[in-house]
Amino acid sequence: MPRTRRRRQSHALIHLVLGVGGLIMAFPFLWQIVMSLSTNAEVQSVTPTFWPAHLQWQNYAAVFQRLPFLSQLWTSVLITVIRTLAQIVLCTLAGYAFARMRFRGRAVLLGLVLSILLVPSQAYLISQYQIVQGLGWLNTLAGIVAPGLFSAYGTFLMRTAFLNLPAELEEAARIDGSGPLRTFWSVLLPVVRPSISVLAISAVLWSWNELLWPLVVSTRATQMPLSAALATLAGDVTVNYPVLMAASLLAMAPILILFILLQRRVIDGLASSGLK
Amino acid sequence: MSADVSESAPAPAAPATRRKRRGVRRGDGLWPWAFVLPLLAGVLVFYIWPILQTAFYSFTTWGVFGGFKWSGLDNYSRLFTDPQLYRSLLNTLIYTAVVLLGVPIAAWLASLLNTPGLRFAQFYRVLFFLPYVAMPAAVALVWRMIFNGDYGILNWALSRIGITGPSWVNTPGFALAAVAVVGLWSSLGFSMIVLGAGLKNIPTELYEAAELDGASRFRQFRSITLPQLAPSVFFVIVVTTIASFQLFDLLYALLGNHNAVLPKTMSLVYYFYDAGFVQNDKGFAAAIAMVIFVLIGLVTLVQFRLQRRWTGNA
Repeated sequence: MPRTRRRRQSHALIHLVLGVGGLIMAFPFLWQIVMSLSTNAEVQSVTPTFWPAHLQWQNYAAVFQRLPFLSQLWTSVLITVIRTLAQIVLCTLAGYAFARMRFRGRAVLLGLVLSILLVPSQAYLISQYQIVQGLGWLNTLAGIVAPGLFSAYGTFLMRTAFLNLPAELEEAARIDGSGPLRTFWSVLLPVVRPSISVLAISAVLWSWNELLWPLVVSTRATQMPLSAALATLAGDVTVNYPVLMAASLLAMAPILILFILLQRRVIDGLASSGLK
Repeated sequence: MSADVSESAPAPAAPATRRKRRGVRRGDGLWPWAFVLPLLAGVLVFYIWPILQTAFYSFTTWGVFGGFKWSGLDNYSRLFTDPQLYRSLLNTLIYTAVVLLGVPIAAWLASLLNTPGLRFAQFYRVLFFLPYVAMPAAVALVWRMIFNGDYGILNWALSRIGITGPSWVNTPGFALAAVAVVGLWSSLGFSMIVLGAGLKNIPTELYEAAELDGASRFRQFRSITLPQLAPSVFFVIVVTTIASFQLFDLLYALLGNHNAVLPKTMSLVYYFYDAGFVQNDKGFAAAIAMVIFVLIGLVTLVQFRLQRRWTGNA
Protein backbone atom coordinates (compact mmCIF):
# COMPACT_ATOMS: atom_id res chain seq x y z
CA MET A 1 0.00 0.00 0.00
CA PRO A 2 1.72 3.22 -1.06
CA ARG A 3 -0.33 5.25 1.35
CA THR A 4 0.75 3.47 4.53
CA ARG A 5 4.29 3.49 3.27
CA ARG A 6 4.21 7.23 2.80
CA ARG A 7 2.73 7.56 6.22
CA ARG A 8 5.45 5.41 7.71
CA GLN A 9 8.09 7.56 6.06
CA SER A 10 6.60 10.78 7.37
CA HIS A 11 6.35 9.21 10.81
CA ALA A 12 10.05 8.40 10.62
CA LEU A 13 10.77 12.05 9.90
CA ILE A 14 8.60 13.17 12.80
CA HIS A 15 10.36 10.74 15.11
CA LEU A 16 13.67 12.16 13.95
CA VAL A 17 12.65 15.74 14.78
CA LEU A 18 11.03 14.86 18.09
CA GLY A 19 13.87 12.52 18.98
CA VAL A 20 16.55 15.12 18.38
CA GLY A 21 14.48 17.74 20.20
CA GLY A 22 13.86 15.37 23.10
CA LEU A 23 17.56 14.58 23.31
CA ILE A 24 18.35 18.28 23.57
CA MET A 25 15.77 18.59 26.36
CA ALA A 26 17.19 15.61 28.22
CA PHE A 27 20.86 16.29 27.51
CA PRO A 28 21.58 18.50 30.55
CA PHE A 29 20.16 15.84 32.86
CA LEU A 30 22.16 13.06 31.19
CA TRP A 31 25.30 15.14 31.20
CA GLN A 32 24.75 15.88 34.85
CA ILE A 33 24.57 12.18 35.61
CA VAL A 34 27.83 11.61 33.73
CA MET A 35 29.58 14.46 35.56
CA SER A 36 28.27 13.33 38.93
CA LEU A 37 29.98 9.97 38.40
CA SER A 38 33.30 11.42 37.23
CA THR A 39 36.35 12.65 39.10
CA ASN A 40 36.91 16.36 39.49
CA ALA A 41 39.83 16.12 37.05
CA GLU A 42 37.65 14.44 34.45
CA VAL A 43 35.02 17.14 34.72
CA GLN A 44 37.69 19.79 34.27
CA SER A 45 39.47 18.24 31.32
CA VAL A 46 39.32 20.19 28.09
CA THR A 47 38.21 17.17 26.11
CA PRO A 48 35.00 16.06 27.78
CA THR A 49 34.94 12.66 29.40
CA PHE A 50 31.81 11.13 27.96
CA TRP A 51 32.15 8.10 30.14
CA PRO A 52 34.24 8.22 33.33
CA ALA A 53 37.06 5.68 33.61
CA HIS A 54 35.66 4.51 36.95
CA LEU A 55 32.18 5.35 38.13
CA GLN A 56 32.66 7.50 41.20
CA TRP A 57 29.64 6.46 43.26
CA GLN A 58 31.24 7.90 46.36
CA ASN A 59 30.40 11.38 45.04
CA TYR A 60 26.85 10.69 46.16
CA ALA A 61 28.00 9.70 49.60
CA ALA A 62 30.11 12.86 49.74
CA VAL A 63 26.96 14.94 49.25
CA PHE A 64 25.77 13.77 52.66
CA GLN A 65 29.20 14.01 54.30
CA ARG A 66 30.43 17.35 52.99
CA LEU A 67 27.21 19.31 52.80
CA PRO A 68 24.39 19.71 55.33
CA PHE A 69 22.32 17.97 52.69
CA LEU A 70 20.10 15.92 54.97
CA SER A 71 18.91 18.86 57.02
CA GLN A 72 18.31 20.88 53.85
CA LEU A 73 16.40 18.00 52.31
CA TRP A 74 14.35 17.78 55.47
CA THR A 75 13.61 21.53 55.31
CA SER A 76 12.51 21.21 51.70
CA VAL A 77 10.27 18.26 52.51
CA LEU A 78 8.72 20.02 55.49
CA ILE A 79 7.99 23.31 53.76
CA THR A 80 6.54 21.48 50.78
CA VAL A 81 4.30 19.23 52.82
CA ILE A 82 3.13 21.95 55.19
CA ARG A 83 2.38 24.44 52.44
CA THR A 84 0.63 21.93 50.25
CA LEU A 85 -1.61 20.71 53.06
CA ALA A 86 -2.33 24.25 54.24
CA GLN A 87 -3.19 25.41 50.73
CA ILE A 88 -5.48 22.46 50.18
CA VAL A 89 -7.36 23.06 53.42
CA LEU A 90 -7.51 26.86 53.33
CA CYS A 91 -8.19 27.27 49.61
CA THR A 92 -10.78 24.53 49.50
CA LEU A 93 -12.70 25.96 52.43
CA ALA A 94 -12.54 29.53 51.14
CA GLY A 95 -13.19 28.51 47.56
CA TYR A 96 -16.29 26.65 48.67
CA ALA A 97 -17.64 29.58 50.67
CA PHE A 98 -16.95 32.03 47.84
CA ALA A 99 -18.63 29.80 45.30
CA ARG A 100 -21.53 28.34 47.23
CA MET A 101 -22.42 30.42 50.25
CA ARG A 102 -23.95 33.82 50.61
CA PHE A 103 -22.70 36.35 53.05
CA ARG A 104 -22.25 40.04 53.37
CA GLY A 105 -19.20 41.42 51.61
CA ARG A 106 -18.55 38.27 49.66
CA ALA A 107 -17.85 40.06 46.38
CA VAL A 108 -15.54 42.58 47.99
CA LEU A 109 -13.56 39.97 49.88
CA LEU A 110 -13.26 37.77 46.82
CA GLY A 111 -12.04 40.74 44.81
CA LEU A 112 -9.51 41.49 47.52
CA VAL A 113 -8.13 37.95 47.46
CA LEU A 114 -8.03 37.71 43.68
CA SER A 115 -6.43 41.14 43.29
CA ILE A 116 -3.18 39.79 44.69
CA LEU A 117 -2.93 37.54 41.65
CA LEU A 118 -2.11 40.61 39.60
CA VAL A 119 0.75 41.72 41.79
CA PRO A 120 4.23 40.30 41.24
CA SER A 121 5.70 38.63 44.31
CA GLN A 122 8.50 41.20 44.63
CA ALA A 123 6.01 43.85 45.59
CA TYR A 124 5.33 41.96 48.84
CA LEU A 125 8.81 40.83 49.59
CA ILE A 126 10.25 43.67 51.68
CA SER A 127 7.25 43.91 53.92
CA GLN A 128 6.85 40.15 54.25
CA TYR A 129 10.48 40.04 55.28
CA GLN A 130 9.85 42.64 57.97
CA ILE A 131 6.83 40.79 59.30
CA VAL A 132 8.80 37.57 59.52
CA GLN A 133 11.70 39.45 61.09
CA GLY A 134 9.36 41.10 63.59
CA LEU A 135 8.01 37.72 64.59
CA GLY A 136 11.57 36.51 65.16
CA TRP A 137 11.16 33.94 62.42
CA LEU A 138 14.25 34.64 60.32
CA ASN A 139 16.18 31.42 59.76
CA THR A 140 13.29 29.32 60.97
CA LEU A 141 10.99 26.91 59.25
CA ALA A 142 8.01 29.06 60.19
CA GLY A 143 9.54 32.03 58.40
CA ILE A 144 10.19 30.15 55.19
CA VAL A 145 6.78 28.53 55.20
CA ALA A 146 4.62 31.46 56.27
CA PRO A 147 3.48 33.53 53.27
CA GLY A 148 3.18 30.47 51.06
CA LEU A 149 0.50 28.91 53.24
CA PHE A 150 -2.04 31.17 51.59
CA SER A 151 -2.73 31.08 47.91
CA ALA A 152 -4.99 33.33 45.89
CA TYR A 153 -4.44 31.13 42.87
CA GLY A 154 -5.57 28.08 44.82
CA THR A 155 -8.67 29.90 46.03
CA PHE A 156 -9.48 30.90 42.47
CA LEU A 157 -8.96 27.33 41.28
CA MET A 158 -11.16 25.80 43.97
CA ARG A 159 -13.85 28.43 43.62
CA THR A 160 -14.10 27.67 39.91
CA ALA A 161 -14.30 23.95 40.68
CA PHE A 162 -17.16 24.46 43.14
CA LEU A 163 -18.96 26.90 40.83
CA ASN A 164 -19.11 24.25 38.14
CA LEU A 165 -20.99 21.77 40.30
CA PRO A 166 -24.75 21.42 39.83
CA ALA A 167 -26.85 23.04 42.57
CA GLU A 168 -28.94 19.88 43.01
CA LEU A 169 -25.99 18.11 44.57
CA GLU A 170 -25.91 20.22 47.66
CA GLU A 171 -29.63 20.91 47.80
CA ALA A 172 -30.22 17.20 48.05
CA ALA A 173 -27.79 17.00 50.93
CA ARG A 174 -29.40 19.93 52.69
CA ILE A 175 -32.82 18.42 52.36
CA ASP A 176 -31.46 15.25 53.86
CA GLY A 177 -30.59 17.39 56.84
CA SER A 178 -26.83 17.60 56.72
CA GLY A 179 -25.20 20.81 57.88
CA PRO A 180 -22.75 22.90 55.82
CA LEU A 181 -19.69 21.16 57.12
CA ARG A 182 -21.06 17.72 56.39
CA THR A 183 -22.36 18.73 52.98
CA PHE A 184 -18.99 20.17 52.20
CA TRP A 185 -17.02 17.24 53.47
CA SER A 186 -18.92 14.23 52.25
CA VAL A 187 -20.86 15.47 49.25
CA LEU A 188 -18.93 18.21 47.49
CA LEU A 189 -15.32 17.53 48.38
CA PRO A 190 -15.13 14.13 46.69
CA VAL A 191 -16.44 15.65 43.46
CA VAL A 192 -13.77 18.35 43.21
CA ARG A 193 -10.90 15.95 43.80
CA PRO A 194 -9.34 16.55 40.34
CA SER A 195 -9.00 20.27 41.07
CA ILE A 196 -7.52 19.52 44.47
CA SER A 197 -4.88 17.42 42.81
CA VAL A 198 -4.04 20.25 40.41
CA LEU A 199 -3.72 22.54 43.41
CA ALA A 200 -1.52 20.01 45.20
CA ILE A 201 0.74 19.54 42.17
CA SER A 202 1.36 23.22 41.69
CA ALA A 203 1.87 23.79 45.41
CA VAL A 204 4.43 20.99 45.60
CA LEU A 205 6.30 22.14 42.51
CA TRP A 206 6.37 25.76 43.45
CA SER A 207 7.32 25.11 47.06
CA TRP A 208 10.11 22.70 46.23
CA ASN A 209 11.65 24.89 43.54
CA GLU A 210 11.12 28.35 45.01
CA LEU A 211 14.29 30.39 45.38
CA LEU A 212 13.89 34.09 46.13
CA TRP A 213 11.94 33.94 49.39
CA PRO A 214 14.01 31.25 51.12
CA LEU A 215 17.15 33.04 49.97
CA VAL A 216 15.98 36.20 51.67
CA VAL A 217 14.76 34.77 54.98
CA SER A 218 17.38 32.11 55.57
CA THR A 219 21.08 32.75 55.77
CA ARG A 220 22.17 29.75 57.79
CA ALA A 221 23.09 26.83 55.54
CA THR A 222 21.48 24.23 57.76
CA GLN A 223 18.12 26.03 57.77
CA MET A 224 17.92 26.49 54.02
CA PRO A 225 15.84 24.43 51.68
CA LEU A 226 17.72 22.74 48.85
CA SER A 227 16.88 25.35 46.23
CA ALA A 228 18.53 28.18 48.16
CA ALA A 229 21.37 25.98 49.35
CA LEU A 230 22.33 24.96 45.82
CA ALA A 231 22.17 28.50 44.54
CA THR A 232 24.44 29.69 47.35
CA LEU A 233 26.86 26.84 46.78
CA ALA A 234 27.22 27.65 43.10
CA GLY A 235 30.07 30.10 43.53
CA ASP A 236 31.76 28.14 46.31
CA VAL A 237 35.13 26.91 45.07
CA THR A 238 35.68 24.50 47.92
CA VAL A 239 32.94 22.19 46.70
CA ASN A 240 34.08 19.99 43.89
CA TYR A 241 32.03 19.84 40.72
CA PRO A 242 31.05 16.16 40.67
CA VAL A 243 29.75 16.45 44.23
CA LEU A 244 27.83 19.57 43.28
CA MET A 245 26.31 17.75 40.30
CA ALA A 246 25.36 14.81 42.50
CA ALA A 247 23.81 17.18 45.03
CA SER A 248 21.72 18.98 42.44
CA LEU A 249 20.55 15.69 40.94
CA LEU A 250 19.52 14.49 44.37
CA ALA A 251 17.74 17.80 44.99
CA MET A 252 15.69 17.43 41.81
CA ALA A 253 15.14 13.70 42.17
CA PRO A 254 12.04 13.65 44.39
CA ILE A 255 10.11 15.96 42.06
CA LEU A 256 11.32 14.28 38.90
CA ILE A 257 10.36 10.85 40.24
CA LEU A 258 6.96 12.16 41.29
CA PHE A 259 6.53 13.73 37.88
CA ILE A 260 7.43 10.55 36.01
CA LEU A 261 5.04 8.53 38.17
CA LEU A 262 2.15 10.95 37.72
CA GLN A 263 3.16 12.37 34.35
CA ARG A 264 -0.22 12.51 32.68
CA ARG A 265 -1.93 14.12 35.62
CA VAL A 266 0.88 16.62 36.21
CA ILE A 267 1.17 17.67 32.58
CA ASP A 268 -2.55 18.04 31.97
CA GLY A 269 -3.15 19.64 35.35
CA LEU A 270 -0.44 22.27 34.95
CA ALA A 271 -1.26 22.93 31.33
CA SER A 272 -4.90 23.58 32.12
CA SER A 273 -4.10 25.79 35.08
CA GLY A 274 -1.12 27.51 33.55
CA LEU A 275 0.70 28.43 36.65
CA LYS A 276 4.21 27.79 37.70
CA MET B 1 -12.04 38.30 65.66
CA SER B 2 -13.00 34.67 65.98
CA ALA B 3 -16.28 33.53 64.60
CA ASP B 4 -18.32 31.42 66.95
CA VAL B 5 -19.32 28.61 64.71
CA SER B 6 -21.16 26.38 67.14
CA GLU B 7 -24.40 28.34 67.13
CA SER B 8 -24.54 28.95 63.46
CA ALA B 9 -26.02 25.72 62.18
CA PRO B 10 -28.52 26.69 59.54
CA ALA B 11 -32.22 26.47 60.14
CA PRO B 12 -33.19 22.90 59.39
CA ALA B 13 -34.53 22.84 55.89
CA ALA B 14 -38.24 22.84 56.49
CA PRO B 15 -40.41 21.02 54.02
CA ALA B 16 -40.91 24.17 52.08
CA THR B 17 -41.81 25.59 48.76
CA ARG B 18 -39.08 26.62 46.38
CA ARG B 19 -39.39 30.23 47.32
CA LYS B 20 -39.04 29.59 51.00
CA ARG B 21 -35.96 27.53 50.47
CA ARG B 22 -34.40 30.40 48.60
CA GLY B 23 -35.07 32.45 51.69
CA VAL B 24 -33.07 30.02 53.77
CA ARG B 25 -30.23 30.10 51.24
CA ARG B 26 -29.82 33.84 51.54
CA GLY B 27 -27.92 33.58 54.77
CA ASP B 28 -25.69 30.78 55.88
CA GLY B 29 -25.16 32.35 59.27
CA LEU B 30 -21.58 32.46 60.43
CA TRP B 31 -20.53 29.37 58.54
CA PRO B 32 -19.14 31.24 55.51
CA TRP B 33 -16.95 33.25 57.83
CA ALA B 34 -15.54 30.17 59.45
CA PHE B 35 -14.69 28.88 55.98
CA VAL B 36 -13.20 32.09 54.65
CA LEU B 37 -11.54 33.61 57.67
CA PRO B 38 -8.37 31.48 57.95
CA LEU B 39 -7.41 32.24 54.37
CA LEU B 40 -8.53 35.83 54.57
CA ALA B 41 -6.45 36.51 57.67
CA GLY B 42 -3.33 35.20 55.99
CA VAL B 43 -3.99 37.11 52.79
CA LEU B 44 -4.53 40.33 54.69
CA VAL B 45 -1.42 39.96 56.84
CA PHE B 46 0.97 38.58 54.25
CA TYR B 47 -0.27 40.13 51.01
CA ILE B 48 -2.67 43.05 51.26
CA TRP B 49 -0.84 44.79 54.08
CA PRO B 50 2.61 44.26 52.47
CA ILE B 51 1.56 45.70 49.13
CA LEU B 52 0.19 48.81 50.84
CA GLN B 53 3.31 49.06 52.94
CA THR B 54 5.59 48.66 49.93
CA ALA B 55 3.74 51.44 48.15
CA PHE B 56 4.32 53.59 51.25
CA TYR B 57 7.98 52.58 51.58
CA SER B 58 8.63 53.64 48.02
CA PHE B 59 8.27 57.22 49.28
CA THR B 60 10.75 56.79 52.13
CA THR B 61 14.48 56.61 52.60
CA TRP B 62 16.08 54.12 54.96
CA GLY B 63 19.05 54.64 57.20
CA VAL B 64 21.80 52.08 57.49
CA PHE B 65 20.64 51.02 60.94
CA GLY B 66 16.97 50.73 60.07
CA GLY B 67 14.37 53.42 60.51
CA PHE B 68 13.06 55.48 57.64
CA LYS B 69 11.97 58.97 56.84
CA TRP B 70 9.49 60.30 54.34
CA SER B 71 11.31 61.50 51.26
CA GLY B 72 8.53 62.10 48.77
CA LEU B 73 9.36 61.31 45.21
CA ASP B 74 13.12 61.10 45.80
CA ASN B 75 13.33 57.37 45.13
CA TYR B 76 11.41 57.71 41.92
CA SER B 77 13.43 60.62 40.58
CA ARG B 78 16.60 58.76 41.48
CA LEU B 79 15.24 55.60 39.89
CA PHE B 80 14.25 57.17 36.61
CA THR B 81 17.65 58.80 36.21
CA ASP B 82 19.45 55.57 37.05
CA PRO B 83 20.86 53.98 33.88
CA GLN B 84 20.71 50.63 35.69
CA LEU B 85 16.90 50.75 35.56
CA TYR B 86 16.90 51.03 31.77
CA ARG B 87 19.65 48.46 31.45
CA SER B 88 17.66 46.01 33.60
CA LEU B 89 14.45 46.73 31.75
CA LEU B 90 16.18 46.18 28.42
CA ASN B 91 17.71 42.92 29.65
CA THR B 92 14.31 41.75 30.84
CA LEU B 93 12.76 42.61 27.48
CA ILE B 94 15.51 40.83 25.55
CA TYR B 95 15.14 37.76 27.74
CA THR B 96 11.36 37.80 27.28
CA ALA B 97 11.69 38.18 23.52
CA VAL B 98 14.04 35.18 23.27
CA VAL B 99 11.79 33.01 25.43
CA LEU B 100 8.80 34.02 23.30
CA LEU B 101 10.70 32.80 20.22
CA GLY B 102 10.01 29.39 21.70
CA VAL B 103 6.26 29.74 21.08
CA PRO B 104 6.33 29.12 17.31
CA ILE B 105 8.86 26.33 17.82
CA ALA B 106 6.57 24.84 20.45
CA ALA B 107 3.60 25.12 18.08
CA TRP B 108 5.50 23.26 15.38
CA LEU B 109 6.65 20.51 17.74
CA ALA B 110 3.14 20.24 19.19
CA SER B 111 1.67 19.75 15.73
CA LEU B 112 4.20 16.99 15.07
CA LEU B 113 3.38 15.41 18.40
CA ASN B 114 -0.32 15.49 17.52
CA THR B 115 0.16 13.33 14.43
CA PRO B 116 -2.53 10.65 14.62
CA GLY B 117 -1.19 7.20 15.42
CA LEU B 118 2.27 8.45 16.39
CA ARG B 119 4.03 6.04 18.73
CA PHE B 120 5.89 7.11 21.87
CA ALA B 121 3.96 10.40 21.93
CA GLN B 122 3.60 10.25 25.72
CA PHE B 123 7.32 9.58 26.06
CA TYR B 124 8.14 12.71 24.05
CA ARG B 125 5.68 14.75 26.10
CA VAL B 126 7.49 13.73 29.27
CA LEU B 127 10.91 14.51 27.80
CA PHE B 128 9.92 17.98 26.69
CA PHE B 129 8.11 18.75 29.93
CA LEU B 130 10.93 17.56 32.17
CA PRO B 131 12.84 20.89 32.23
CA TYR B 132 9.68 22.72 33.26
CA VAL B 133 9.30 20.79 36.51
CA ALA B 134 13.01 20.60 37.35
CA MET B 135 14.33 22.91 40.05
CA PRO B 136 15.79 26.03 38.38
CA ALA B 137 18.61 26.35 40.88
CA ALA B 138 19.71 22.77 40.25
CA VAL B 139 19.30 22.91 36.50
CA ALA B 140 21.32 26.12 36.32
CA LEU B 141 24.30 24.37 37.88
CA VAL B 142 24.55 21.90 34.99
CA TRP B 143 24.14 24.65 32.44
CA ARG B 144 26.97 26.55 34.13
CA MET B 145 29.17 23.55 33.47
CA ILE B 146 27.96 23.22 29.88
CA PHE B 147 28.68 26.92 29.30
CA ASN B 148 32.04 26.85 31.09
CA GLY B 149 34.63 28.72 29.03
CA ASP B 150 37.56 26.37 29.64
CA TYR B 151 36.13 22.88 29.83
CA GLY B 152 32.45 23.24 28.99
CA ILE B 153 31.08 20.79 26.46
CA LEU B 154 29.56 23.61 24.40
CA ASN B 155 32.92 25.22 23.73
CA TRP B 156 34.42 21.81 23.07
CA ALA B 157 31.72 21.19 20.42
CA LEU B 158 32.34 24.65 18.94
CA SER B 159 36.09 24.00 18.82
CA ARG B 160 35.37 20.93 16.64
CA ILE B 161 34.11 23.28 13.97
CA GLY B 162 36.88 25.78 14.49
CA ILE B 163 35.17 28.29 16.75
CA THR B 164 36.71 29.43 20.00
CA GLY B 165 33.81 29.97 22.36
CA PRO B 166 33.81 32.69 25.01
CA SER B 167 33.51 32.23 28.72
CA TRP B 168 29.74 32.39 28.33
CA VAL B 169 28.48 33.39 31.74
CA ASN B 170 31.31 35.86 32.30
CA THR B 171 30.90 37.90 29.13
CA PRO B 172 28.09 40.48 29.22
CA GLY B 173 26.23 39.87 25.96
CA PHE B 174 26.79 36.12 25.99
CA ALA B 175 25.75 35.76 29.62
CA LEU B 176 22.29 37.13 28.88
CA ALA B 177 22.06 34.93 25.79
CA ALA B 178 23.01 31.91 27.88
CA VAL B 179 20.33 32.69 30.48
CA ALA B 180 17.75 33.22 27.74
CA VAL B 181 18.58 29.91 26.08
CA VAL B 182 18.07 28.11 29.37
CA GLY B 183 14.81 30.01 29.87
CA LEU B 184 13.67 28.93 26.43
CA TRP B 185 14.70 25.36 27.13
CA SER B 186 12.75 25.22 30.38
CA SER B 187 9.52 26.80 29.12
CA LEU B 188 9.26 25.05 25.75
CA GLY B 189 7.51 21.95 27.07
CA PHE B 190 4.81 23.91 28.81
CA SER B 191 3.97 25.89 25.65
CA MET B 192 3.98 22.68 23.65
CA ILE B 193 1.47 20.98 25.90
CA VAL B 194 -0.91 23.95 25.99
CA LEU B 195 -0.72 24.45 22.22
CA GLY B 196 -1.06 20.71 21.69
CA ALA B 197 -4.27 20.69 23.72
CA GLY B 198 -5.49 23.62 21.61
CA LEU B 199 -4.74 21.76 18.41
CA LYS B 200 -6.51 18.66 19.63
CA ASN B 201 -9.65 20.68 20.27
CA ILE B 202 -10.02 21.84 16.67
CA PRO B 203 -12.88 19.81 15.17
CA THR B 204 -11.59 17.59 12.35
CA GLU B 205 -14.80 18.28 10.39
CA LEU B 206 -13.44 21.74 9.64
CA TYR B 207 -10.48 20.26 7.81
CA GLU B 208 -12.63 17.67 6.07
CA ALA B 209 -14.94 20.40 4.79
CA ALA B 210 -11.98 22.50 3.67
CA GLU B 211 -10.50 19.48 1.92
CA LEU B 212 -13.75 19.00 0.00
CA ASP B 213 -13.68 22.65 -1.01
CA GLY B 214 -10.19 22.09 -2.34
CA ALA B 215 -8.44 24.41 0.13
CA SER B 216 -4.67 24.14 0.08
CA ARG B 217 -2.62 23.11 3.11
CA PHE B 218 -1.51 26.68 3.64
CA ARG B 219 -5.07 27.98 3.27
CA GLN B 220 -6.26 25.44 5.84
CA PHE B 221 -3.55 26.53 8.22
CA ARG B 222 -4.39 30.20 7.77
CA SER B 223 -8.17 29.95 7.88
CA ILE B 224 -8.70 27.10 10.35
CA THR B 225 -5.66 26.30 12.46
CA LEU B 226 -4.54 29.82 13.20
CA PRO B 227 -7.88 31.33 14.28
CA GLN B 228 -8.89 28.20 16.20
CA LEU B 229 -5.56 28.10 17.98
CA ALA B 230 -5.49 31.82 18.78
CA PRO B 231 -6.87 31.51 22.35
CA SER B 232 -4.20 28.95 23.28
CA VAL B 233 -1.48 31.04 21.66
CA PHE B 234 -2.73 34.03 23.58
CA PHE B 235 -2.73 32.12 26.84
CA VAL B 236 0.81 30.83 26.31
CA ILE B 237 2.10 34.29 25.45
CA VAL B 238 0.50 35.87 28.53
CA VAL B 239 1.81 33.24 30.92
CA THR B 240 5.28 33.21 29.35
CA THR B 241 5.58 36.98 29.30
CA ILE B 242 4.52 37.42 32.91
CA ALA B 243 6.88 34.66 34.04
CA SER B 244 9.74 36.08 31.96
CA PHE B 245 9.22 39.52 33.40
CA GLN B 246 9.96 38.03 36.79
CA LEU B 247 13.27 36.49 35.74
CA PHE B 248 15.38 35.87 38.79
CA ASP B 249 16.08 32.23 39.68
CA LEU B 250 17.93 31.28 36.52
CA LEU B 251 19.94 34.46 36.48
CA TYR B 252 20.95 34.15 40.11
CA ALA B 253 21.85 30.50 39.90
CA LEU B 254 23.48 30.59 36.47
CA LEU B 255 25.66 33.63 36.97
CA GLY B 256 26.26 33.45 40.70
CA ASN B 257 25.71 36.43 42.96
CA HIS B 258 29.22 37.83 42.70
CA ASN B 259 29.58 37.77 38.94
CA ALA B 260 31.23 40.89 37.52
CA VAL B 261 28.88 40.97 34.52
CA LEU B 262 25.78 41.26 36.72
CA PRO B 263 25.35 45.05 36.34
CA LYS B 264 25.17 44.59 32.58
CA THR B 265 23.08 41.45 32.73
CA MET B 266 20.69 41.82 35.66
CA SER B 267 16.95 41.73 35.21
CA LEU B 268 14.43 44.04 36.84
CA VAL B 269 13.76 41.59 39.65
CA TYR B 270 17.48 41.09 40.20
CA TYR B 271 17.87 44.87 40.37
CA PHE B 272 15.12 44.90 43.00
CA TYR B 273 16.76 42.08 44.97
CA ASP B 274 20.13 43.75 44.78
CA ALA B 275 18.81 47.10 46.02
CA GLY B 276 16.63 45.67 48.77
CA PHE B 277 18.62 42.77 50.14
CA VAL B 278 22.23 43.31 49.05
CA GLN B 279 22.57 47.12 49.25
CA ASN B 280 19.86 47.19 51.94
CA ASP B 281 18.30 50.24 50.30
CA LYS B 282 14.72 49.26 51.09
CA GLY B 283 12.93 52.44 50.06
CA PHE B 284 14.61 52.45 46.67
CA ALA B 285 13.89 48.74 46.25
CA ALA B 286 10.23 49.39 47.05
CA ALA B 287 10.15 51.94 44.24
CA ILE B 288 11.60 49.34 41.85
CA ALA B 289 8.96 46.86 43.02
CA MET B 290 6.24 49.39 42.22
CA VAL B 291 7.70 49.89 38.74
CA ILE B 292 7.69 46.11 38.16
CA PHE B 293 4.11 45.98 39.41
CA VAL B 294 2.99 48.72 37.03
CA LEU B 295 4.87 47.19 34.08
CA ILE B 296 3.34 43.76 34.59
CA GLY B 297 -0.06 45.40 34.96
CA LEU B 298 0.46 47.22 31.65
CA VAL B 299 1.62 44.09 29.86
CA THR B 300 -1.43 42.21 31.10
CA LEU B 301 -3.74 45.03 30.07
CA VAL B 302 -2.27 45.30 26.57
CA GLN B 303 -2.44 41.57 26.10
CA PHE B 304 -6.08 41.40 27.12
CA ARG B 305 -6.85 44.20 24.68
CA LEU B 306 -5.08 42.24 21.96
CA GLN B 307 -6.94 39.11 22.92
CA ARG B 308 -10.25 40.79 22.23
CA ARG B 309 -9.05 41.64 18.76
CA TRP B 310 -7.58 38.20 18.10
CA THR B 311 -10.36 36.01 19.25
CA GLY B 312 -13.33 38.19 18.39
CA ASN B 313 -14.38 38.39 21.99
CA ALA B 314 -12.85 37.36 25.25
